[in-house]
Amino acid sequence: MFYSPVITNASEVSDANGLHLFRYVEDAQQHRIEQYEQHGGYSALRKVLTSMTPEAVTEEVKKSGLRGRGGAGFPAGMKWGFVPKGSTKPRYLCCNADESEPGTCKDRVLMERDPHAVIEGMAIAAYAIGCHLMFIYIRGEFNHCIDRMEAAMAEAYARGHLGKNIYGAGYDLDMIVHTGGGAYICGEETALLNSLEGERGMSRIRPPFPAIEGLYACPTIVNNVETLAAVPHIINRGADWYRSLGTERSTGTKVFSLSGHVKRPGNYEVEMSFPLKRLIYDPAYGGGILGDKKLKGVIPGGASTPFLTPDMVDVKLDYESLAAVGSMLGSGAVIVFHEETCIVWVILKLIHFFRHESCGKCTPCREGTAWLEQIIGRIEHGQGKAGDIEMIEEICGNILGRTICPLGDAAVMPIQSAVKHWRDEWQHHIVHRKCQSPTTFAFA
Amino acid sequence: MILSQDSIRQIREKAARYPHAKSAILPALTIACRQVGHLNDDIYEEVAQVINVPFVEIAEAASFYTLFPKQPVGKYLIQVCHNISCALLGADALVEYLEQKLGIKKGETSADNLFTLITVECLGSCCTAPAMQINQDFYENLTREKVDHILDELRVRV
Repeated sequence: MFYSPVITNASEVSDANGLHLFRYVEDAQQHRIEQYEQHGGYSALRKVLTSMTPEAVTEEVKKSGLRGRGGAGFPAGMKWGFVPKGSTKPRYLCCNADESEPGTCKDRVLMERDPHAVIEGMAIAAYAIGCHLMFIYIRGEFNHCIDRMEAAMAEAYARGHLGKNIYGAGYDLDMIVHTGGGAYICGEETALLNSLEGERGMSRIRPPFPAIEGLYACPTIVNNVETLAAVPHIINRGADWYRSLGTERSTGTKVFSLSGHVKRPGNYEVEMSFPLKRLIYDPAYGGGILGDKKLKGVIPGGASTPFLTPDMVDVKLDYESLAAVGSMLGSGAVIVFHEETCIVWVILKLIHFFRHESCGKCTPCREGTAWLEQIIGRIEHGQGKAGDIEMIEEICGNILGRTICPLGDAAVMPIQSAVKHWRDEWQHHIVHRKCQSPTTFAFA
Repeated sequence: MILSQDSIRQIREKAARYPHAKSAILPALTIACRQVGHLNDDIYEEVAQVINVPFVEIAEAASFYTLFPKQPVGKYLIQVCHNISCALLGADALVEYLEQKLGIKKGETSADNLFTLITVECLGSCCTAPAMQINQDFYENLTREKVDHILDELRVRV
């Protein structure tokens, strides 16, 4: 019995289809090091430490085309390459496990069910950048993941995969499991580093980028859990194998967290470029819309990505295809809602979240998200005024691109797309002082 | 002293691993909050002494992070996720149901000091919605029947 009852598609994983992250996530013993080693675990780290230079590891990951799975999609190998050569300062690696974007719950399943895969990926990345102390920053609510990662770390030390002179290869590596305090902003890498330094979790102005000046003003690489978990597979099976999956610009596989009004919400690992429609309707994945109602819209990449309308869902799940329809792959959190969902209600939920999570450093985001929540709230509660839609658009325009970190953009992009796609419904809400669609969702 | 010897030992062990003492603030507050249930100035003062970081730096950081209640709460802190994925599957109705069952409103603590009910931002249980966290534990795929059972169990545990 697993701590989290989430559905996965582990049974579908095979060598033939290239899926790999979820191979053992339904194996109730996989979190134990004996089982992980039995399944070939830590062979990639051994290979790296005993037969590859750090540069060769970075090159291999660059060649694989692996891109960051936390939301930004930045090429992982290229990021590692930004660490200055010849610097005498310590270098740090930080695995970003502050999974907090509404809709996203994929890293949690990896940490809970295959924690050693995360540690092995982290250790390989650490070696590649010349780091001797690595961190995993886990959101404080995930007590079970924290316990699992702590236990796995202790096992890895005991079996010589961490610590001094690993495999006799002359490489030392220590690890710290760090826990957060319940702040979405700390998933943004510079806020995460401030938080890790014991400061308030507020983002930093870039440049300098963390790869040059990050934790304790030293070169630091921050990578997402899922990104790092893919690294041992790339080392074991090669960059060419990884590149053979997906498309040229979106290589490999991706875990999608499918939630909302679908029959089978769950975490599904699929090859990049998988059809969104199939993810929602195929009985092996989402199984269709709850109550066989009509689809109204989809948020394809987490609460910060622009909406798709039903005529747009014939899209492939990869970075470039979603960009082509004006949205983003983000963290891979697909949130589905059916015809009886009021768009104003959805947006009020989202803006409440972003207003609450704004760190307060930049005025446009701090003040703007509060104004937006106020205006959208009054529309939802039947007190909207003529001109409110235009005011929402103006405020959004004054936040977008004017903040230090992407939280401001994240807050307004879904709103802008919702106003664009469902403008009539917003008008209706203001004029008739109520929802066009019923919005009370029952709870079984 | 509010902090137990065990909490102090845990905080010291954790702090010793960091290159800079200040980095131990969040882990130390986490340990303190697990013991006490909430945080306040007296606790910051004690944490400051244990990890040798000025009081003001502890208080400054602590006030930013919502995970730590700053006022006493009931024995069981019920945190219901009310964000989009949970809301689409009835989180608002779940909050109302809990309010009814506990006889308190959101933000309140029951008269017997057993339960405090609050809503929180996304818990990362989006594919197992609706969900809530009670103290350290997650409860997911919630139904009325499950909620009844969970509350009964917690009452018996007292």
